[in-house]
Parts: sequence; structure tokens; C-alpha cells
Amino acid sequence: MTFMKKTLTASIAVAAASTMAVSTAHAEISDNEVRIGYLADMSGTYRDLAGPGGETAMEMAVADFGGSVNGSPIVIFSADDRNSADVGANTVREWIDQRNVDMVGGLVASSVSIAVTKVLEENNGLGIVSGSAASSITNEHCTPNHIHWVYDTYPLANGTAKAVVEQGGDSWFLLTADYAFGHALEADVTNVVEANGGEIVGGVRHPFPTSDFSSYILQAQGSGAKIVGLANAGADTVNAITTASQFGLTQSGQQLAGLLIFLNDVHALGLESTQGLLLTTGWYWNMDEESREWSERYFEEVGRMPTMVQAGIYSSTMHYLKAVEAAGTDDPEVVRAQMADMPIEDFFARNGSIREDGRMIHDMYLAQVKTPEESTGEWDLYEILSTIPADEAYRPLSDSQCKLVQN
Amino acid sequence: MTMIFGVPLAVFMGQLTLGLVNGAFYALLSLGLAVIFGLLKIVNFAHGAQYMLGAFAALLGFRYLGINYWLALFLVPLVVGGFGMLMERFLLRRIAHLDHLYGLLLTFGLALIFEGTLVNFFGVSGARYATPEALQGGLNLGFMFLPTYRAWVLVAALAMCLFTWFMIERTRLGAYLRAGTENSQLMQAFGVNVPLLITLTYGFGVALAAFAGVLAAPLYPVSPTMGSSLLIVVFAVVVIGGMGSILGAILTGLGMGIIEGLTKVYYPEASNTVIFLVMILVLMLRPAGLFGKEA
Repeated sequence: MTFMKKTLTASIAVAAASTMAVSTAHAEISDNEVRIGYLADMSGTYRDLAGPGGETAMEMAVADFGGSVNGSPIVIFSADDRNSADVGANTVREWIDQRNVDMVGGLVASSVSIAVTKVLEENNGLGIVSGSAASSITNEHCTPNHIHWVYDTYPLANGTAKAVVEQGGDSWFLLTADYAFGHALEADVTNVVEANGGEIVGGVRHPFPTSDFSSYILQAQGSGAKIVGLANAGADTVNAITTASQFGLTQSGQQLAGLLIFLNDVHALGLESTQGLLLTTGWYWNMDEESREWSERYFEEVGRMPTMVQAGIYSSTMHYLKAVEAAGTDDPEVVRAQMADMPIEDFFARNGSIREDGRMIHDMYLAQVKTPEESTGEWDLYEILSTIPADEAYRPLSDSQCKLVQN
Repeated sequence: MTMIFGVPLAVFMGQLTLGLVNGAFYALLSLGLAVIFGLLKIVNFAHGAQYMLGAFAALLGFRYLGINYWLALFLVPLVVGGFGMLMERFLLRRIAHLDHLYGLLLTFGLALIFEGTLVNFFGVSGARYATPEALQGGLNLGFMFLPTYRAWVLVAALAMCLFTWFMIERTRLGAYLRAGTENSQLMQAFGVNVPLLITLTYGFGVALAAFAGVLAAPLYPVSPTMGSSLLIVVFAVVVIGGMGSILGAILTGLGMGIIEGLTKVYYPEASNTVIFLVMILVLMLRPAGLFGKEA
């Protein structure tokens, strides 16, 4: 009888233990699906630098990963934030409340990203910001619930503005997009220019988006500054450069400095009006064999060469999925810690790692737009001049205002 | 240096000139809207998209058929205007007897379809359309460097506005048109083909938008979304001028261009909103608009 009792108890214990083991293994990946939300501007000013192409890049990462993590399928939801912080925040709230989305990727306009990461923090979600530029996203707006991937305004200023001042461009007039991103870039550029002995002689904050820049270009011409810095992005930058060339800005001895230029901007403007422009980029499709190989696969899907943001979306999604697999869970806190534990070394990121403030630091590049004579094809647009090492490119943690950093 | 409210005279004059150039655009676009609304009572929300189609037709015509700028300036309004007539004949006419709101919804929906389709093929970065050779370079006005092309835009847009005003207010055809919209049954009894007249008028309004589109092509990157941001401003201009008033649309367009231009100097952050502030003020003080007749 005692024997019977013992066996019974033991078998119950074993059964219970095994059920528990099974149920925990399943509960680790919530809903038995890894759910990723892709939020970006799909139809407006920033469509071409991320947009549907970024979604394709994300799908490529999922497919290359095998479509599932430890047997749980990976599902992508996507939505257009229309560059509106409200639309973005509400979409993400709905994704978390109703669809249990595990990670939100894409995230382009800085204002949208700041709003979305607040929602993620309140709801203990996870976000990977790939498109936004504002360095404040991992500074005063940092949260334990997001990571900033591709680039930010700090290396843009540190790379381009520094190089321009060193070449003698020591007086600046800034055209700034009047929202979070423009303000962050303006602040970072001002610091770099002044730290290197230059001076900001004036500036205009223009509404976002603006199609007619003639008035602002005229003000820039009147300022007498040697350099007209464009602290804006996307179609705004394209419009500003077009208008500047119509008004003969460069003929009158002034020089343009585009502080955030994407591959698609140079492609749209053509080499005739952009040749010689200095710019800082996180990645370029033709920078080495590995990048070219991935980009050619992307080109076959989309018909355009990828921007650094689109490549970064692939890279960050892949890293996220690897972390989920390694941790065996899609719990945001665990996955974020796992992502930070693993170094990032792929076709996109060199010497990449995630800091405690959520900034993914990696090598950045100072590039110059080729002349029409130098270019050998439609997408042969940049020449990489120098590498800015990961640990010099980004804002040092000692200057950080992020609440996660102990200073 | 002479200063005007803290701004050097030269800068002030420069901004005034640029404001006038932009104003000429507003005038041309709001004129098309005013003609269509004034004579047909259609709130044409596809106007921005039709302007964009004009720019695209010029771009694609050059790229694939080698049609140059001057020919495009003549041909594109005809083609896009013709397309507009088809829209009127097969879609708008079917809802002509319903509330204006239905026309607004229909044209808005069509605009979204045109834009979405082109975004799908061309993206939003836009493409460049080269400035015609004869209009390259610039004029030194002493206080500013004015690109020749912008001076041409001002002249061409104003000439087209005057032509339209003359056609509608001073010719027999214009008189038929005005009478036809006042009392179409009586006009039909006199043997005038009113439905045809309406189709032609809508086509003409659309052609004006396409003409503005061709004028804009060398100035701004040609992109599918170029019309939608402009459309709201142009509607505000029409409301300020008085719905349906032809002369009102022209003068208000120029005036708003200047006000917006000056805002860009004194308080650039508000340059996108200043026109709407004026609109609110005008609606409070003169609900029918500056040049409108009280209904």
C-alpha cells in the first residue's frame, strides 16, 4: 500500500512537473506567436526613406530567419503613422491592447517616435527606432523600453558640421524644420560648430513640411554666412536644395551643408545639383561586398537601392529575433537585456553594441556625393571618405541626461 | 540702410516679390476652383490632384515622348482638361442633383485614387523637370536675384487669370455660361446645349489647374503629393475671396501670397497658418468673403 501510494504521488509529481515544463515553454513566447508591428510614414514626406521598402526589409529579415522562433511563427502588422504623433501613439496602444504586439519597429518621424516610446514605457512594450534622427530619443526621452538603431543627430553634426568647419566654413545660417527632430539637430550642430571655433550667425525655423523655400533661401543669402546648413530632412531638404540652386546660392559664394541626407534624396535631386555635398551616413549600399550582396537582393524585391534606414530595419529585426531565440521568450525586458548582451556585427553594423541608454552605437561614415563624371550608374552616388569609430560617433554617456545612466 | 519694421528694405522688397510670385500661383489655382464652384456649384476637391496630374503629364511627356516645355504648356491643359470632361460626363453628372457634399466626397475620393496610384509607381521623393533653356538664369533687380523662371511664372499666371476673367465676364460664351447656371431650363428652351456647356466649363477649370501644374514643374520636385498640401491653402483663398467670385479669387490669391511671404520674414513659424487666421477673421466679419455677394 505504501508502495502504491508512493508510486502514485511520484507519478502525479512527474506529471505535474512535465505539464508545468510544457506550459512554461509555451508561455515564454506570448500567444505562441512573435508579433512585430511596423509603424512608419507610408505615404508622406518620409515614405521613400523607410515606408513600404522598410516593411519589405523587415519581411526579408523574418524570411531569412526562417519565419518562426523556436517553433512559434513570426507575424508582422503594419500601419501608416502619417507623420502624426497622435496617430502613431494610438496605433501602438491598439496593437498592444488588442493584438499583443511584442515589438514595434520602423518609427521614422522623431515626434512620432517620442510619443510611441512613451506608450511603450507605460505598457511595458519594446520598440526599435530605426528612422528617427533626434538624439533626444536616447537622451532626455530615453526609456527602458526602446532602442535607437541607425543614426542620430549627434553623429550627423559631429561628422558633417565638424568636417565643414575644418574646411573653413566657420559662419553658419541654419534652416531648421520646426519640430523635435529639427530642434535636436539645430542644438547638436550649434554645439559642434561653436566647439570648433565657428559661429551661427542666423537661422529660420520653417514649418514642417514646406514646399516653397524661396523666402528662406533669400534670408540665408542676406545673412552673409559662408555655410547654409539644412537642419531638415526628406522632401524639405530636396526642396531647399532645388530652390537654392535656382536662386544661385552657390554662385554667390555660399555653400550648402545638408545635415541629414538620405540616398533617395540624392537620387531624386540628381548629381548635377548635389555633387560634392558632404554628408554623414550610418551605412551605404555599395560600401563593401557584404552590403552589396544584401542590397542586390533588396533591389530585386523593391526596384530601388536601400537607404541606411531600410538596411537598419533588417539588421535590427534580425538582432531582435536572435535575442528572442537565445532568451527563449518575447518578454520585452528579457529580450532587451539579451539584445544588449550580444554584440552586433552584420552587413549593416560594424562594432555595434547597445548602451544602457538604448543607443545602438556602431561605426558611422563621412561621405561625399560623387560628380556626374565619377558615377558609373544610377545608384552609384557616394564615396566614403572616412570612418567615424562607434565610440567617438555618438554622444558620450558622460554627457547623457538619460535617467537610465548613472552619472 | 533703410529698415522696414526691423527688416532691411532690400530683404523686404525681395520677400514682397516672392510673395507676389506665390500669390500668382494661388490666384491661378483658386481661379479654377472659383470657376467650377461659381458656375457649376461643384466643390472640386480633386483640384490639387489635377494640378499634380498637369505637372506629371509634363514630366512624362518629356521623358517618353520628347514633348518640350512650351508644347507641354499648350498640350497638357488640353489633355488633362479632356480627362476632366470625362470625369464630369460619367461621374459628376450622375450626382449633380444631390447635395454638394456628395460632389465633394466624390472628387476627394478621386484625388486620393490619383495620388495613391502615382505614389505606388513613383514614390514621394519627386523627380526634377528641367527649366527650359530660354528661362534659365536670373535677373538682378538690385535688391535681389530673381530667377528668370519665377518672373515668367508671374507673367504667365497673371495673363491666364486675365484671359479667364475676360472670357467669362466679357464674351457671349461667358454670358451663356452665366445664364445657363442661373436658369438652365430657360437656356435649354432657347436651344442652348446646357449639359455640354457644363462639361466644357468643368474641363476648362481642370485645364487651369493643369496649366498651373506645368508652370510649377520646373520649380518644385514633381511628386504625387505636391497638390494635396496646396489644395487646402487654395480653398482658404477661395473662401476669403468669396465662393464663386472670379475677380475675388485672383485678387485674394495675390494678396495672400504677399501676406504669407511677409510672415516668412517676421515670424516664419506661423507662415503655414497665417492664411487660415485671415480666413477666420474674414468669416467673422464678412461671412460671404471679401468679394462675395451675400447669399
